[in-house]
Amino acid sequence: MENITLSVHNLKKVIGKKEIIKGISFELREGEVFGFLGPNGAGKTTTIRMLVGLIKPTSGSIHIGGYNIVDHFEEAMKHLGCIVENPELYPYLSGYDNLLHFARMLDGIGEQRISEVTELVGLRDRIHDKVKTYSLGMRQRLGIAQALLGRPKVLILDEPTNGLDPAGIREMREFIRFLAEEEGLSVLVSSHLLSEIQLLCDRVAIISRGTVITTDTVDNLLSNRERVVWRFHPLEKGKEVLGSLTAIEEREDGTITTEYDEIKTAEWNKKLVEAEVSVTEMYRKMPVLEDLFLELTGGDSIE
Amino acid sequence: MNKLIQNEMMKLIAKKRLVVIAIIIGILVALFTYAQFKENERQREKLGTDDWRTIIQQTIIDQQNRISSPRISDEWKQQLQIALQQNQYYLDHDINPSEPGAPTFMRIFLENSIELFIPLMVMVIASDIVSSEHSQGSIKLLLTRPVKRWKVLLSKYITLILAISLIVAIAGLLSYSISGLVFGYKGWGAPVLTGFSVTDAGLNTASVKLIDQWQFLLMDFGLVWLVAIVVGTLSFMLSVLIRSTAAGMGVMLAALIAGAILSNMVSSWESAKYFFMVNLKLTNYMNGNPPPIEGMTLSFSMMVLLIWWAAGLFVSFYVFTKKDVY
Repeated sequence: MENITLSVHNLKKVIGKKEIIKGISFELREGEVFGFLGPNGAGKTTTIRMLVGLIKPTSGSIHIGGYNIVDHFEEAMKHLGCIVENPELYPYLSGYDNLLHFARMLDGIGEQRISEVTELVGLRDRIHDKVKTYSLGMRQRLGIAQALLGRPKVLILDEPTNGLDPAGIREMREFIRFLAEEEGLSVLVSSHLLSEIQLLCDRVAIISRGTVITTDTVDNLLSNRERVVWRFHPLEKGKEVLGSLTAIEEREDGTITTEYDEIKTAEWNKKLVEAEVSVTEMYRKMPVLEDLFLELTGGDSIE
Repeated sequence: MNKLIQNEMMKLIAKKRLVVIAIIIGILVALFTYAQFKENERQREKLGTDDWRTIIQQTIIDQQNRISSPRISDEWKQQLQIALQQNQYYLDHDINPSEPGAPTFMRIFLENSIELFIPLMVMVIASDIVSSEHSQGSIKLLLTRPVKRWKVLLSKYITLILAISLIVAIAGLLSYSISGLVFGYKGWGAPVLTGFSVTDAGLNTASVKLIDQWQFLLMDFGLVWLVAIVVGTLSFMLSVLIRSTAAGMGVMLAALIAGAILSNMVSSWESAKYFFMVNLKLTNYMNGNPPPIEGMTLSFSMMVLLIWWAAGLFVSFYVFTKKDVY
């Protein structure tokens, strides 16, 4: 499981005089879903376009399946499947002809593989219809079929759930998990939707203003920042007691939030009870990435 | 590479551009055939004869009258003089310059469409072959395959050349088969004079040769094809440089129309002869029509076109392989 399929080292891009990407490094391992998270304008799309060879990096290196994409473009791209932004296929061709078109650009990919991927994404019934008659969800699936044609080791999906309805998003999520777990692909997913990444990814890189702020597993990132939410009566007295023990944060709905610590939390509860404050509610809360993100980036959005 | 060309052909056919072009050519040919038919009829009524000698004689008299008119400019007078001398030559050697029949119609049609009509049709395909990938966004899928960029572009260029050849062939085929319905299909062996050259002293007939019409047509086709390739390559370049198909088409259209206007205006602006668009009427050299600017010859024009072609091709490949795609 530890095989590295894609590695990015100190990647930079300068456009004009402005440094858009300021040295990004990360690695993808086999069978994992890697999230690429950042606000709009943070440099996600530019980075992804460099990974797939659409934009030439100013400096730094990208290796896919061990091949440098600048020096060995063809070999590197053989291991890569991607959708950059929307899957913009040819609307005037049928789904099948679109797949045929892209299969012809790969060595040794024939009709059998086309029907395999068609089956995989569940488009069998509509594959001979023109793409312009497809719904967005179907186009998205055809896009994935196209990306899987060459049996890639790395799949790069830029905002894969953009524009899909809730059922479509769920379906897409399950499909991506399936690809990583069953087929052993490395999947890089970019998104500005934090909830999405949280549900989908094993590891995540948080990017802001062209640099990676942190890279870690989703679990690790979240567990350090668990909180306890309290509700008690009378409020003022409770605040006084708890406030003397630790830092407290009051919410408008009348709840108090403190940090979480297995031993200390029990201790505080005891103190509150002893001071005749009745604790009516007390629960552990996993932070959502949203809070985490704001905390890490200091709340800034776009440069 | 074959597979890539197959891809491009598949897209071209699915877009039905070639069908539209064939329909346009068909309609125009039908119109011209009718116009030519009417013209013949009118002349027959006016002169009361079918004999081409009488018609040419009449034309010569007409031209003489115009030359002796004092209101006419010197330049125009010179052109008329050349045309007159040519007609006289035809008459003296007993050769009908407009031998009736589909091959003659085809020749006249080609000669008149080389400057604007065929380039326009070529432009419809060439200016969209790269830029449509940009505007649809499919360029992102096309360039992320394990295929080098220059190969992708080369496959598009080869497809374009095939399409251009097809357009020229369609133009020939349609003009022959449609006009033949009215004028008959004979006339391949009709004699045609070529090799007129225009010098300061007027028309020089020293090197005039008599060849069969089919030979002449073959040369015409070659020239039309050459012009179409050059215009196609330049449109192709614009298609690489400009993402919007409409903008690319607009630029090319402006250039072509400017060429047509300039040819009639710039005889005193000599350096205008290095523009590709005033060099498009290659067939005129074969007929001995005076060039738009003094000193232009067939080999000069072909050289100019060749240089524009090479530059266009170089820019296309250089930009396409280097540029970042957003």
